[in-house]
Amino acid sequence: MKARIGVVTFPGSLDDRDALRAVRQAGAEPVQLWHGEPSLRGVDGVILPGGFSYGDYLRTGAIARFAPVMAELIPAAASGLPVLGICNGFQILCEAHLLPGALTRNAGLRFINRDITIRIENASTAWTSQYRPGQEITVVLKSGEGAYMADTGTLAELEAGGQVLARYTGGNPNGSVSDIAGVTSEAGNVVGLMPHPEHAIDVLTGPGDDGLGFFTSVLSAVALA
Amino acid sequence: MTAPQVTGQDTVAHAAETPDRQQPFAELGLTAAEFDQVTGLLGRRPTDAELAIYSVMWSEHCSYKSSRKYLRQFAEKAPQTSVLLAGIGQNAGVVDIGQGYAVTFKIESHNHPSFVEPFQGAATGVGGIVRDILAMGARPVAVMDALRFGPAHAPDTRRVLPGVVGGISFYGNCLGLPNIGGELAFDPCYAGNPLVNALCVGVLRHRDLKVAAATGPGNKVILFGSRTGPDGIGGASVLASASFEGSGEGAKRPSVQVGDPFMEKLLVECCLELYQADLVVGIQDLGAAGVACATTELAAGGGTGMRVWLDAVPLRDSSLGPPEILMSESQERMMAIVRPADVKEFLAICAKWDVLATEIGEVNDSGRLEMTWHGELVVDIPPGSAADEGPLCDRPAIRPAGQDALQADDPGRLPRPGSGDSDGLRAALLTVLGSPDAADKAWVTEQYDRYVRGDTVLAMPHDAGLLRVDEETGLGVALATDGNGRYCQLDPYTGTQLALAEAHRNVAVTGARPLAVTNCLNFGSPEDPAVMWQFTEAVRGLADGCLALGTPVTGGNVSFYNQTGGTPIQPTPVVGLLGVHDDVRHRVGSGFEAAGASVVLLGETRPEFGGSLWAWVTHGHLGGRPPEVDFAAEQRLARVLVTAAGRGLLQAGHDLSDGGLAVALAEACLAGGTGCSVTLPGDPFTVLFSESAARAVVAVAPGAEEEFKDLCAEEGQPASVIGVTGGPSLEVTGAFEIPLAELAAVHKQTLPALLA
Repeated sequence: MKARIGVVTFPGSLDDRDALRAVRQAGAEPVQLWHGEPSLRGVDGVILPGGFSYGDYLRTGAIARFAPVMAELIPAAASGLPVLGICNGFQILCEAHLLPGALTRNAGLRFINRDITIRIENASTAWTSQYRPGQEITVVLKSGEGAYMADTGTLAELEAGGQVLARYTGGNPNGSVSDIAGVTSEAGNVVGLMPHPEHAIDVLTGPGDDGLGFFTSVLSAVALA
Repeated sequence: MTAPQVTGQDTVAHAAETPDRQQPFAELGLTAAEFDQVTGLLGRRPTDAELAIYSVMWSEHCSYKSSRKYLRQFAEKAPQTSVLLAGIGQNAGVVDIGQGYAVTFKIESHNHPSFVEPFQGAATGVGGIVRDILAMGARPVAVMDALRFGPAHAPDTRRVLPGVVGGISFYGNCLGLPNIGGELAFDPCYAGNPLVNALCVGVLRHRDLKVAAATGPGNKVILFGSRTGPDGIGGASVLASASFEGSGEGAKRPSVQVGDPFMEKLLVECCLELYQADLVVGIQDLGAAGVACATTELAAGGGTGMRVWLDAVPLRDSSLGPPEILMSESQERMMAIVRPADVKEFLAICAKWDVLATEIGEVNDSGRLEMTWHGELVVDIPPGSAADEGPLCDRPAIRPAGQDALQADDPGRLPRPGSGDSDGLRAALLTVLGSPDAADKAWVTEQYDRYVRGDTVLAMPHDAGLLRVDEETGLGVALATDGNGRYCQLDPYTGTQLALAEAHRNVAVTGARPLAVTNCLNFGSPEDPAVMWQFTEAVRGLADGCLALGTPVTGGNVSFYNQTGGTPIQPTPVVGLLGVHDDVRHRVGSGFEAAGASVVLLGETRPEFGGSLWAWVTHGHLGGRPPEVDFAAEQRLARVLVTAAGRGLLQAGHDLSDGGLAVALAEACLAGGTGCSVTLPGDPFTVLFSESAARAVVAVAPGAEEEFKDLCAEEGQPASVIGVTGGPSLEVTGAFEIPLAELAAVHKQTLPALLA
């Protein structure tokens, strides 16, 4: 049976369609989830897609964190459900305290859309097992509030615990502390990534297909579970 | 005794009994003759609310009163075509692209608001054009922007440009629409009047086409989206229909709207779900002239009547009365005509998307547009009189006295590097490549999301944006916008045709067949006979050109009064051209991606430097004649490019325009990260910097050389093999060699140095 991966649409979600396509291309069954329904519809993993949920009002991700679907997602994630937050999804996971730290305005104060290279630091999470540790991949950065921040103690814990998922290589584009592009929960099932792997699944429409590994990784994780 | 005014508003009955009351028609932008015309057609003086309607609907911006007479040529000279499903006069033109798909696209100006308040002015320009596309029944799928500013080094450009780009970035990105291309140009003539032209393209199935018509007496009129506030009142009648002169005494105080892209995103998804459920009989977006425009156009479009309860309009500011409500240009609003039985389901879908929706009226068969305010009649007019039967101006158009002298000032007299002057040629290339017009635009385009929706096949810096429409078949559309104020200043007829020809090449070079045209005509004041002459020449040039190329004009926009004091901008018609790509997997990008491909120059190069980028950048010279236009040659070139792309013969293709072969080769090397070595056929300076039209440079795949040569021979396409791709530099045999790193530095540094 095919793994079923849900993609949540919040008001203002934009890359939900792209995430659904990536799930399909990886060989799983994409399932649309609606922010207003307190149900995960029995999916095997969840993606919180990029966009501007609730228009970024108040703070990025701050309102989405209280959506009815999150009431189901937060305990499920704590129990091991694979969850990937991309860009705005990463911001929502931080606001929901499923991941440590916060995302702030880019150092240059401008939105950046650029093909960038990141190094996979932890290749044993639910979303990165198809990569080699240290592998450099090209994905798409597109965000205005992508600078990852955390206090010194948290950073030390992240580094010591292998929770830095990926780092920018070839220059820090947005002022993220320690060049951090993504982090993972201690258990490795909840992952947040600022750049977009779902825009790099096909050479025709992206800078390459390096990003597909995130979506094939979760299939292995689900099969093992 | 006069009729009582319970609400304090000027009612129809009160107007009939007080014929002599003075009304501020001049302040609202109407002439005395136009005011008399209103009085004549109503048989009494208008109420305040009616005056508001006529003042905005008869404004230059909404009525096209100076331009309508000439725009008819687009229909009269339209080429024979079966691709047009909806044309001029609709919110946007709709073109059949096959496989049951249609595409709708349009470009519109937001010049004046973007000067007053760059961020919001540009943002709401994007919002407005997206709603035009949405109103046709289409899902908006991409945007583009054609931007023109004052000199890149001017202090005010540092205010206006980052604001405009930030506004487009904010609104378009938040809406989830990829920005796939456009233009960025600089000239002193735009210093006090930047041009911000926004294009949107949408995709629909044929059966989903919607019309702006209120049909079916008994059907309900529903206003949905944002609440109505006091923003943008008089935007169309005042801001977009007059220059900034004489703004003393606050008589014509500009007013810019404020955009909320999150609301627009909800409105887009809400509308698409309403269409899907077949709950919409007719629909109109609210843009310039707000409720006044939407109600009159819907009623006129349906040939029916309509009764509207103005007091039902949800307000953000409870002090607004009928005239303000009618004129408000609050953003993110739509108006739909809905069958009574469908109203409940319509409102439920709006509620799902958190979109406020309110029944504000009813369609009837009275042939009148009537509006009440707490029960009193405040508007009673024939809707067509406001929407379609506005005044028509016959403005004098006189060729400027200085035109001959300008054309006689041939750039042939300018000093230029001779054939043996290697250093001079090298320096000229770097100077032109590093000029703001030719420089790398990444500082701007990196602020736009080009990936969202996952169907962007080509975007900046390629010649055209290319979108996939169908994942299975690979069907797609290509879009390019082009304009050239310098060419048009020298000769508006030819200059406009050159813009059209360039857009045609930019689309064809990707492998797409050019299909249809939209346009945004940016000019100075129509009250200036010289400007009016430029306008008439440009329209005639575009209509003749579209007939010659077989690409109909589907719609567009006229923006007059682009001037600073008495000085108009260069005439700047911007042409948007749409092409269809049979299979986007065979797209051709502009970059040299691999070594070993033959570099072939297509077309004929003549010594044509009038209006050229070289003459402007190196000598500050603008004079002479623009390059010649040959539409047969353009069509031949397009056929060769499209056929070659379809057969997979090309690794790269790049149109030749501003800066000629020199800039094209440098851009192709930088875009793909691969150098090339070429030998120039003829005088090196002419071959490098001439801007002769109907040319392109292509990289022919190894092994495909013979087939491509045969194809050119069959078509009679002039083609010269000038070199080969590869190596770390741009090398011109016998002249110079420039390492890619040096080219890149010159190309990339300019805008960040000026703007960061």
